[in-house]
Amino acid sequence: MSVVNNLVDIRALAALVPDGAKLVVAKDESGVAMAATRELVRRGVRNLHLVTVPVSGLQADVLIGAGCVATVESSGITLSEFGTGPCFTRAIKAGSIRMKDATCPAIYAGLQAAQKGLPFMPLRGIIGSDLLKHRDDWRVIDNPFGTDDKIVAIAAIGPDVALFHAPLADRFGNVFIGRQRELMLLAHASRKTLVTVEQVVEGNLLDDDARSGATIPALYIEAIAHAPKGMWPLGYGDAYPIDAAWMRAYVQMARTAEGFESVVAQWLAGDGALKPLVGAGLGELAGAAA
Amino acid sequence: MSAAVTPTELLIGSIARLLAGVRHVAVGASSPIPGAAALLTRALSEGSAAGATRVSVLGSRRHNAFTNGGVELFDLAAQGRIDAFFLGGGQIDGDANINLVGTDGYPQGGVRWPGSFGSAYLYHLVPRVILFREEHTRRVFVPRVDFISAAGPRDDRVYRPGGPHAMLTGLCLFDFDKLRRRFVLLSVHPGHSLEEVRDQTGFDFDVAEQVTQTAAPDATALVLMRGRVLNEIGETYPNFAQLWRATLPVPATA
Repeated sequence: MSVVNNLVDIRALAALVPDGAKLVVAKDESGVAMAATRELVRRGVRNLHLVTVPVSGLQADVLIGAGCVATVESSGITLSEFGTGPCFTRAIKAGSIRMKDATCPAIYAGLQAAQKGLPFMPLRGIIGSDLLKHRDDWRVIDNPFGTDDKIVAIAAIGPDVALFHAPLADRFGNVFIGRQRELMLLAHASRKTLVTVEQVVEGNLLDDDARSGATIPALYIEAIAHAPKGMWPLGYGDAYPIDAAWMRAYVQMARTAEGFESVVAQWLAGDGALKPLVGAGLGELAGAAA
Repeated sequence: MSAAVTPTELLIGSIARLLAGVRHVAVGASSPIPGAAALLTRALSEGSAAGATRVSVLGSRRHNAFTNGGVELFDLAAQGRIDAFFLGGGQIDGDANINLVGTDGYPQGGVRWPGSFGSAYLYHLVPRVILFREEHTRRVFVPRVDFISAAGPRDDRVYRPGGPHAMLTGLCLFDFDKLRRRFVLLSVHPGHSLEEVRDQTGFDFDVAEQVTQTAAPDATALVLMRGRVLNEIGETYPNFAQLWRATLPVPATA
């Protein structure tokens, strides 16, 4: 196998997400490409259809707050112990995003259908939920092999782009995901997959039997960027904890549009602590953080 | 071990009693008290003839053996391999419908909550769903939820091996009568009364012939809870564990 030249810098990686893309991202425990998300915000990507697998937190909230998102398809947007997503809540109230409320297994089912090249995947449960009333891509059908057995057909979710963070890549374009198996599903279901990694290793991950089963082969991967601490301010397994001070400051500041602007200015300027908004002009704060 | 049982410990002990005998209990996100109760159930069941209860705590690395991603929980549930799970709700009504989306109209309503998570699915498929919501007020326990995230049992001839088993709140414990589809008040927590429960509940419910005071965990459960279980749940919920630890009597050895 030849060396694949799909290692790019993180801005080049973010540039591969077109405006209007259906972008699928992972939940916090699986691997969130926050450093790449920052580059998406810097670039000012617009009109994303954001699909979260199956939920999201800070990543969805900043993308929504920064005006990058037209549609959110999710089973839950929450900053968990830090609170609700302030930008998400504001956008819902303002009607500035289209919300496709889902339930977790339906998101997996939609991706599984796409992975198999099928139009839909049937799924138990859901019937009786008001979620169904608002989803024209979920239909109640008769089980063709049963009698009087209703079941929900979930239309395939075929993302244009998958974006997530993983522990390792090699120079052959392969990405090791460890136990975060659903990242494999994201890659299989999407037309192209962009990955940020903590580390780039020598050798071929597929030559190592201990790793190959948990490796996404290069055939699915469009580009990889080396992004150490690429999940900050979120934490990553045992590698580094969540930046709780940053998250607490975020939740406070992002309650207002002005505060959120200050967050973005400081975040784009670097990895420092967030300085609260205390009547200071925005330019002054951004300058101080830079 | 003489410190009084705290409300949190009472809830953990009560949930653990509801879980007695289950083979496999899963615990969803943002659920430290159910998580602690599941881990207590496991600790209490070790060495029993039926074998230890299997516990899968979402968000945990040590107490979750799944290797097929987030979909594995849902696949297991559909196969009948999950016996118990927990759901809450911003609103819950007397028909056991739960609302995790928001109030007063959809999508732009009054209050917006994070979303429905796995509720719409797991409610149908897990036999012993324990509804758990600490806040017991009329804004939570409403006559009719504004949005049905997950539907309570009804005559719709839909495949539904699962459903509500009991509901625990900060005031009391209800059973759910599956035939009559009604909540039945079983016990009221120490320091609270039936009148208070009625005042704070926006739907009608039945009352057991003998409403008792919710029993405190016994000495064995309390020792396990404050030691092993507190340490185990601290891996996933460090803040919760820290707050709980602060309520404990000062140990003899630091």
